[in-house]
Amino acid sequence: MKKGDIILISAILVLAAAVLLLSGRSADGARLVVTVDGELFGSYSLGEDREIRIGSSNICVIRDGEVSMSEADCPDRVCVRSKPIRREGETIVCLPNRVILSITGEDGVDAPDAIAG
Amino acid sequence: MRVRSAVNQREFSARRVAYLGLLASLAVLMGYVEATLPGLSGIPGVKPGLCNIVIVFTLYAFGVPEAFLVSVARILVIGFLFGNLFSMIYSLAGTCFAITAMALLRGAGPFSPVGVSAAGGAAHNTGQLVAACLLLPGIPFTRYLPLLLAAGCAAGAVNGLIVLAVTSKLGNILKTSRF
Repeated sequence: MKKGDIILISAILVLAAAVLLLSGRSADGARLVVTVDGELFGSYSLGEDREIRIGSSNICVIRDGEVSMSEADCPDRVCVRSKPIRREGETIVCLPNRVILSITGEDGVDAPDAIAG
Repeated sequence: MRVRSAVNQREFSARRVAYLGLLASLAVLMGYVEATLPGLSGIPGVKPGLCNIVIVFTLYAFGVPEAFLVSVARILVIGFLFGNLFSMIYSLAGTCFAITAMALLRGAGPFSPVGVSAAGGAAHNTGQLVAACLLLPGIPFTRYLPLLLAAGCAAGAVNGLIVLAVTSKLGNILKTSRF
């Protein structure tokens, strides 16, 4: 074990930390995409807290980078009871009103469905 | 004279092939041991990489082409036994990155097998991730890279320490044997 090794290993770990910091910033670029009846209703940044009225039937809320459905006029209210979503590829669906909330990455690419071992 | 040296050459290369075959089977065995271990973290790509003990040893005892050969032989056998086409492609990409990085660093100077192996581990995981991103578009490269770099670096450093221990035990044999 030489001094060069420690410098080399530190350099790799610093590189990893740098990528982590940079990618942490770009994760804020995740967006909420709202579709109604299969058509795009709107796309919103997760960075700022806000309340979005979706037609007259639903209201969803963005808070601290998480999205949840706060109001729905349907009887079962499955979407309101759904856990808040924040990661790429997660969705909340309100089936009776055909409203879908989904999170996409910065460039609109969904997370992969599965990763081969 | 000429005939004699040609014979020596053949002896030499047969011995070399035999040793490399031994090392390749040892690497396969390490891969088997690793395949029987339960997942350490559940994160794909984070594993001890025990085979790389053999690869780094080969790199130091023999050289770059030999390390590459042993590594490719290991990947093909392990791939057919335990893996699938994709795991083989990932491993090959990782190996190309790792051997290139380790060959450059070993020649560069002030590094022992520990640092070289750590960099090799990090490069291996980078190569695998690059291959995965090319095959499956949409993988967030920068999100996986930090973890895989750190894990590869740690596993590689431990493997490098084991290589150091092995080479110091084998010191005299390595010096006196003609590989």
